[in-house]
Amino acid sequence: MVDFVVRASDVHKRFGDRHVVRGVDFEIPAGICFGILGPNGAGKTTLMRMLLGMSPVSSGEYLLFGQPAGGSELRRRIGVVPQMDNLDPDFSVQENLFVYASFFGITRHQVAGKVDELLDFAELGARANSPVSDMSGGMRRRLMIARALVNDPDLIVLDEPTTGLDPQARHLIWQRLRALKRLGKTLMLTTHYMEEAAQLCDDLIVLDAGRILVRGAPGELIRQQVEAEVVELHGEVADTEVERLVAGLEVRSEHVGDTWFCYAADARPLLERCAATAGLSYLHRPANLEDVFLRLTGRDLRE
Amino acid sequence: MSAVQPVLAVWARNFRVWRKLAAASLVGNFGDPFLYLLGLGYGLGLFIGEMAGIPYMAFLASGILCSSAMNTATFEGLYSAFTRMTQQYTWEGMLATPLTIRDVVAGEMFWAATKSLISGTAILIVAGILGGIQSWDTALLALPVVLLTGLCFAGLALVVCTLAPSYDFFMYYFTLAVTPMFLFCGVFYPIDSLPTMVQAIAQVLPLTHAVALMRPLLTELPLIQPLLHVAVLAAYATASYALAVRLAKRRLLR
Repeated sequence: MVDFVVRASDVHKRFGDRHVVRGVDFEIPAGICFGILGPNGAGKTTLMRMLLGMSPVSSGEYLLFGQPAGGSELRRRIGVVPQMDNLDPDFSVQENLFVYASFFGITRHQVAGKVDELLDFAELGARANSPVSDMSGGMRRRLMIARALVNDPDLIVLDEPTTGLDPQARHLIWQRLRALKRLGKTLMLTTHYMEEAAQLCDDLIVLDAGRILVRGAPGELIRQQVEAEVVELHGEVADTEVERLVAGLEVRSEHVGDTWFCYAADARPLLERCAATAGLSYLHRPANLEDVFLRLTGRDLRE
Repeated sequence: MSAVQPVLAVWARNFRVWRKLAAASLVGNFGDPFLYLLGLGYGLGLFIGEMAGIPYMAFLASGILCSSAMNTATFEGLYSAFTRMTQQYTWEGMLATPLTIRDVVAGEMFWAATKSLISGTAILIVAGILGGIQSWDTALLALPVVLLTGLCFAGLALVVCTLAPSYDFFMYYFTLAVTPMFLFCGVFYPIDSLPTMVQAIAQVLPLTHAVALMRPLLTELPLIQPLLHVAVLAAYATASYALAVRLAKRRLLR
């Protein structure tokens, strides 16, 4: 039998009469990066908070290292990178790590060598003594990742680790997270960036309104859930025009905002017609997780 | 890990922040009581002369020591703790480690009481210089009393803090609790000069007991029922701690 780091069986969460997690089952074996995807309000953060003991499980069995999630001693083996920036603004970069370590009962003396190592890992070595308040969003997020490692955790939980960061900063965070995986750490992350999930996750669930819509590896989900190729038609293209373009072809098309998305196993015939249409602006690309996600959760934006 | 270590970790975090800004804080700790004792003790004392049979400066010094312990712990337990809870998410960060709500609330409470102790020490020095201390042999016992008073008001402040929707809410507590205690619990004059009804209310307020315990330690007045006063302060501290823990759980662990 495999030892799972996390195992959820029929986990529910209710806030009064709001039922935000509605019977979720999954398990995370050691050493993988597990993704929880979903639109805002899907229950991603709640699933995480329950695991950390910051939100009681309403019903079902939620196990962490084989024990019911929530015990404070279990948190010795977890590192947490929260969505909200909760670095200590009054402390320097390095003090943030020392103080956080003290919450685990790790003394300054015990952790001194490790702090240098972690700052190098987060590429913040040159800033050890800088005040946190001067740092960019990307640096702060990297510091939060370094901070989550002071207790040498087996599982690292990240809640939207790259939300609000610019592309360079995101890539650097992804690199660091992949390095953690190579070190044998188990990662659990929530995100609503499909690209992020495709880059990092070995396995993922797509959550919507508290239920798992689908589960699998990113590539597998793309293969199962959507056609391989996508042609996007931009600008105000008339319905009749689209009907003419896809007539007689194996194409599924959807209209979102001012863009038509045309999905096909083989887009060549459609592309030929597009090329022959004067003034049409279009883009041909392979299907990605975004398409899966949008197909499963619907096109409308959630707040 | 012992039960004390996590509480100490929370306390030490706050102490480290305080250390960075200690200079400004200490100026306030020494300056405010100095001005109060000088302005009221000398200025008003000149007209009053004696109160309850002792020089007004001595009467006032012991009262100010208690009211400042109350104010210091109250401010820390309201504004500073609320900032850490709601603005900086410091508590949430702590709760992602093995620390529990009990540890966090206890650490905050002891830290706020420590600040009372710091300002109390400053006042004791100032009062000594201005002639507000009559009996030096028991004066050092004032410090544990300041600490206990600090714990009591820190606990009460944390109850309000964990209940408050915003900073504005604290005004109710000041107007309905802190200011009345400041004025009616024997800081500036003996409570037996008040109408009987008001005296009865004053008897259930913690500051009355802090003052009643403190004043005889610094002056020649007799110490009456010290254990009762200690018990009342300790009961307020314990009950408010338990309540603040419950409220913090309800607020944060949802």
